[in-house]
Amino acid sequence: MNGYEPKIVAFLCNWCSYTAADTAGTARRKYPANVNVIRIMCTGRMEPTFVFKAFAEGADGVLISGCHPGECHYLTGNYKAYKRSVGLEQVLSDFGIEPERFKMTFISASEADKFASVATEITETVRKLGPLGKVRDRVKSYDEVFVTGGEVSG
Amino acid sequence: MSERRIGVYVCHCGTNISKTVDVEDVAKYSQGLDGVVVSKDYKYMCSQPGQELIQKDIKEHGLDGVVVAACSPRMHEPTFQRAARNAGLNPYLVEMVNIREQCSWVTDDRALATAKAKRLTSSGIAKARLNRALETDFTAITPRALVVGGGIAGIEAALKIAASGYEVVLVEKEGTIGGQMAKFDKTFPTLDCSACILTPKMVEVVQHPKIELMTYSEVQRVDGYVGSFEVTIEKKPRDVDLNLCTGCGDCTEKCPASVLSEFDEGLSMRKSISTAFAQAIPNAPVLDRESCWYYTGKAKCQVCARVCQANAITFDNEPEIVKEQFGVIVVATGFDILRPEEGNQWGYGKYPDVFNGLQFERMSNASGPTDGLLVTSQGKEPEAVAVLHCIGSRDENYREYCSRTCCMASLKFAHLVKEKTNAEVYEFYIDMRSFGKGYEEFYNRIQEEGINFIRGKGAEVTKKGEKLVVRGEDQQLGVIREVPVDMVILNTALQAREDAAKIAETFSLQQGQDGWFMELHAKLAPGKTAVEGVFLAGTCQGPRDIPDTVAHAGGAAADALRLMAAGQQEMSPVSAYVVEEYCTGCKVCISLCPYDAISFDEDGKVAVITTALCKGCGACVASCPTNAMHLRHFEDEQILAQIEGVFAG
Repeated sequence: MNGYEPKIVAFLCNWCSYTAADTAGTARRKYPANVNVIRIMCTGRMEPTFVFKAFAEGADGVLISGCHPGECHYLTGNYKAYKRSVGLEQVLSDFGIEPERFKMTFISASEADKFASVATEITETVRKLGPLGKVRDRVKSYDEVFVTGGEVSG
Repeated sequence: MSERRIGVYVCHCGTNISKTVDVEDVAKYSQGLDGVVVSKDYKYMCSQPGQELIQKDIKEHGLDGVVVAACSPRMHEPTFQRAARNAGLNPYLVEMVNIREQCSWVTDDRALATAKAKRLTSSGIAKARLNRALETDFTAITPRALVVGGGIAGIEAALKIAASGYEVVLVEKEGTIGGQMAKFDKTFPTLDCSACILTPKMVEVVQHPKIELMTYSEVQRVDGYVGSFEVTIEKKPRDVDLNLCTGCGDCTEKCPASVLSEFDEGLSMRKSISTAFAQAIPNAPVLDRESCWYYTGKAKCQVCARVCQANAITFDNEPEIVKEQFGVIVVATGFDILRPEEGNQWGYGKYPDVFNGLQFERMSNASGPTDGLLVTSQGKEPEAVAVLHCIGSRDENYREYCSRTCCMASLKFAHLVKEKTNAEVYEFYIDMRSFGKGYEEFYNRIQEEGINFIRGKGAEVTKKGEKLVVRGEDQQLGVIREVPVDMVILNTALQAREDAAKIAETFSLQQGQDGWFMELHAKLAPGKTAVEGVFLAGTCQGPRDIPDTVAHAGGAAADALRLMAAGQQEMSPVSAYVVEEYCTGCKVCISLCPYDAISFDEDGKVAVITTALCKGCGACVASCPTNAMHLRHFEDEQILAQIEGVFAG
């Protein structure tokens, strides 16, 4: 895997986790340059489509991070995102994408160190897994799953 | 090919960005991207010439999109939006790309940082290609302020706002205003008496025609948004009618039940029906149901009501719930001190002559439990007193931060001990932090009063015979010192109140790692919060002394006044909208909206959004099965384009 640099897309909520990433910057807390942030107002805005799109475009890992439970700026957006993320993990593994490539965390605005370590952790995890490659090559065919009795997890 | 005309502006930020990111290369790279007609780098994009550079290009190149790759949008998005607006470009056609906080400052390797900056800029340009001009609405600001907390911060904010002609409701959960400052004896560095500077302000509050004071009351719930908050306040049953009570004190005198006084930090007893201190405002007691014989079922008692000639006391009153409208809110809920846990190494709670700072204040106070006499638990004047700095502050086992007030307070304690007794005083300190106006001079003055300064933290307090022994390293002599004393004062950390989490939840505030409420920006907006129209005053945001608290509260008041004086506030246009032809009327969005901003149109069978209530979280958008729900400025296609943009290079 020499020279392989994983590409990570991180969807961060404006109020907590994006601010945490800013705080990490202000504190000059270093983490891998592999993590590319897209700011959304709330993780409640996260659609599974965004995660699929990121993987389809070439992401090797996707991070979603919102406020801690009970601290969402919009009261409950992070719960909604978390529920979706649980379902999403399932779908991703059906697509042959290792669940480790996708992560949802809760990072408050002051947790600069946590943001940096989460960013480092997902980069290193994905680095070990290697490039995702074309998702289409990973997906089991319809026949494989449903007709010939292939294993459907869950 | 996009028909958009986008300008890209890459900022050096002095060398903050350019030291790690090859900004010229980023600008050159951007030049070749779809829709980009001009791309430049500049030393300080936020400066006047930087903004003018962008404005000139908007006009000359007829730009319909601007991408600024610089610091965080949380820092300068409003700056560039304003610049664009002044040049005739809709502010929502400006897209910020964060290549400072989230790129140059967090990356060491120049090549990697530059590559990342390109990815982020490409992503921002992709968004800019799809950004739409958005019109902003204004919301009216109710010219009425709520101040929560009646300590010096809340008092100061309330008085400032009221003096400007606006109505204020000051809510205090205790029976009197005054807060922690009311407990103090003298204040540093001037040594003027705390009550002398505080109580006139307390009187001013209660007499001010524009201030309505609600003591023994708590905010239960906050609904609405900036300009129109609806606040539910619980007036706890005081059982004493403020309109009838004359403050004569007969009830207190005759009350048979007593408990430890919270105001005196447990150093004296108070009656079940009592005022916290003589100058309490309002000057009327509170009946404490936790200890009252009648309420605890110990006796029928009610002696207080019988002796009250004003007939002000009644029993079994229900809490009163009121709903009030406000345009702005100032949160000034204050701090608590750290009280070391059982089994601590300083003997706090174990030896009666180990006091915390507030206990010392009470003891030294002429109206305190000892009438201002400094005496040991044996009733004797101490021969030696130790003052320990940094107890629980700057200590990874407790609080990492410096509590900022204790060095000066400790010097004040030393001075008071010297003034009132013949005792030797030992100050155990790590560093002497005398940063305020007149503080170093105060330190110099106290040094001349014959105090023994020992550089080193007081590590342990034990008992040997009649004496308490303070053990600590004297770093200047390089020896362990054991100093026998009769009294130890622990200057413990200031910390967030126990109920801070609950308060944060009520007002939708964020707490930092230490529990203090988080300001919007550490330097540029220390009194603002992430909730528009809610401001912070005083120590609820972090440790600060009285001068800084008063200044901070004045700032919060100015923030609140600015909104009320303007009378209206521009609202973010980031809100959801429905494309009716796609809406199937499934109502999923209605159940998910945390603000009840979506209703159902029974005639058209479609969802309808009340824009004024929508805060733009996008939960409804993410859940809509037919993509009928959209979020302005965070449209599906905009986010999808941003994702594509990351991988465009």
